[in-house]
Amino acid sequence: MSTVAPRVPLVRRVWRSDDARRGFACVAGGLVLAVMTGPSGSGTAPTSGFTGSLFHVRVVGFVLFGLVLWGLITARSRYSSQVRAFSAKVTAAPRRLLPDRRVRRVVYLAVLGFAIYYPTILNSFWQEVLVDQIGVYVLLAIGLNVVVGYAGLLDLGYVAFYAIGAYSAAYWTGALPIHPLFHLNPFYAIPLAILAAMFAGVLLGVPTLRLRGDYLAIVTLGAGEIIQIVATNLQGVTGGAQGVIGIPHFSVHLFGIRYSWGLDSLPYYYLLLGFVVIVLFAFRSLENSRVGRAWVAIREDEVAAESAGINVLKYKVMAFAIGASTSGFAGMLEASKISFVEPSDLTVQFSILILVLVIFGGMGSLPGAIVGAAVLQWLPQFLRIHPLFGFQQQDLYMYLGALLIVMMIFRPEGIIPSRRRKREIGLAEHGVGHADAMGHTSGPVS
Amino acid sequence: MLLELVDLEVRYGAIPALSAMSLEIAEGEIVTLLGANGAGKTTTLRSISGLHHPARGRILFEGRDIATMAPHHVMALGISHSPEGRRIFPRMSVTENLEMGAYRRRGAIREDLDRVFQLFPVLGERKRQPGGTLSGGEQQMLAIGRALMSEPRLLLLDEPSMGLAPLIVREIFSIIREIRATGTTILLVEQNATQALRLADRGYVLENGRIVMSDTAGSLLADPRVRAAYLGESAAPA
Repeated sequence: MSTVAPRVPLVRRVWRSDDARRGFACVAGGLVLAVMTGPSGSGTAPTSGFTGSLFHVRVVGFVLFGLVLWGLITARSRYSSQVRAFSAKVTAAPRRLLPDRRVRRVVYLAVLGFAIYYPTILNSFWQEVLVDQIGVYVLLAIGLNVVVGYAGLLDLGYVAFYAIGAYSAAYWTGALPIHPLFHLNPFYAIPLAILAAMFAGVLLGVPTLRLRGDYLAIVTLGAGEIIQIVATNLQGVTGGAQGVIGIPHFSVHLFGIRYSWGLDSLPYYYLLLGFVVIVLFAFRSLENSRVGRAWVAIREDEVAAESAGINVLKYKVMAFAIGASTSGFAGMLEASKISFVEPSDLTVQFSILILVLVIFGGMGSLPGAIVGAAVLQWLPQFLRIHPLFGFQQQDLYMYLGALLIVMMIFRPEGIIPSRRRKREIGLAEHGVGHADAMGHTSGPVS
Repeated sequence: MLLELVDLEVRYGAIPALSAMSLEIAEGEIVTLLGANGAGKTTTLRSISGLHHPARGRILFEGRDIATMAPHHVMALGISHSPEGRRIFPRMSVTENLEMGAYRRRGAIREDLDRVFQLFPVLGERKRQPGGTLSGGEQQMLAIGRALMSEPRLLLLDEPSMGLAPLIVREIFSIIREIRATGTTILLVEQNATQALRLADRGYVLENGRIVMSDTAGSLLADPRVRAAYLGESAAPA
């Protein structure tokens, strides 16, 4: 007999294979998901949560999900060069054409045309989703993108400015217990709400933006909480925990034009669309201006930016205030559309959600913020009403958390990254610069 | 005098970093500030460029007190700071880094870019490369180049030799000499005392936040106490 290979037990052989281990992990992850999304146990039958979700047809779907994930991970490590070659081939044409200004203009116009036409063929449910869930959030994401993506400031209290916008709408229209000198239709109060939010941004920004990285995140987190608690408890001013009702809809009486926004969502959609287009042009030119370059320098290295003669505080406050006023406008519009504000909506989750939209889309990228917000806000609604999925709104943040983890592994730069951010993250993976300018730009200096 | 520090006191909270510090730099000079780690060299530079504000004392630039000015205002007056540890923008290209140095200026910077590329030919070969991928010496050159982009009258250099090979240090010091030849005044902070004193006109020695010696570079280089403390020689017998 010639040499006999040492007999390794099958179990150990399988366990030693990375592929098999990953497969186990993925399937196990799918099962965990099945339990988490399944029915919950009760006091009399504590295990019914497990049995109800594991011994149910649904489990097949989750196991399949695990297997698909496994396949993706394996394919990524094994066929990465082929995948890259394939994606290069697919994107070659747009890559060649897009730098051409005329081509880009046509693409923009086509997108705009689609955005104008498409909502008219939707039913009223989706039209409402388009405004309340997508349009407003797209605007919010674009605004936060300036703060987080351009200037690299981690703002966890973005909801504060949304609240200020919403309560401004309530104040100027006389819906609050305290009244202004004269009542305005909310349409004319738009500039006032934007100014109020901007002012709040400057007020919060000037003292806090001297702080860096984590400290700023903590302070803004606190500010968001304060706003919610004030709105809940300052009954005589804000109407307290029940919120404010009876905020009128927008209407215009100007130069012989009379128009009133009503219960129909579509007119709000076009108002939003118009505003988003204006904001997009403004932000894009800001990004490519001196201001934009100062933001890049600040997020790369604040001390160096200061040494280069950039008024760091000024540009940080500017980014913060621009984000704040965008958020304020969104708050005002939504308050007027649904005609009420409730403090219980102004949670920290709201701020986090917008941040997730921005990160998912690609920090510092306007198309990213738009697509990221649109996709992530549309998907839960789709999954919720589609009978096959049985998605429940209360599970949203769990899925978003999982999504972020997966994103950070496979595509940390977001789905439509800005060219600069992509390069930054690529370099960071090779140890050049910080992993992300949102974190510590610099420690204390000696 | 181009720059005068008068009786400067700087504190980090309760801890004094500089006390009763006085120093002068005339137009066109290279002055070096020597001292061990923690002596207060970097603090001095940061106070001049407005990154720290002194608790007491005055910082006069052309007779004007700039002690409480913000960094971007100080810079607009013609003081430029190449900070400790280089602090280039790691993910901006070489050219972008240099352009940031000219941020305060409006108008054409083409000539200044060319001047820097002439001074540091290596940078000219790597215009589009991200700053963070340069070698240590090249990064130092980029930091100095960036500081020059604002066309400063006074250039503050914080340890340009830090962590660099002796050959590169020599190259950088010879470029500093060239920069002075174009009329820029330089305040050079160094731990590398021999090289710095060979380059400078005058020097100050800083210990625990106080100036303990000041003289021409030649005399300091010959001084037994300096030699013992900073040049690694054993103290001369008394």
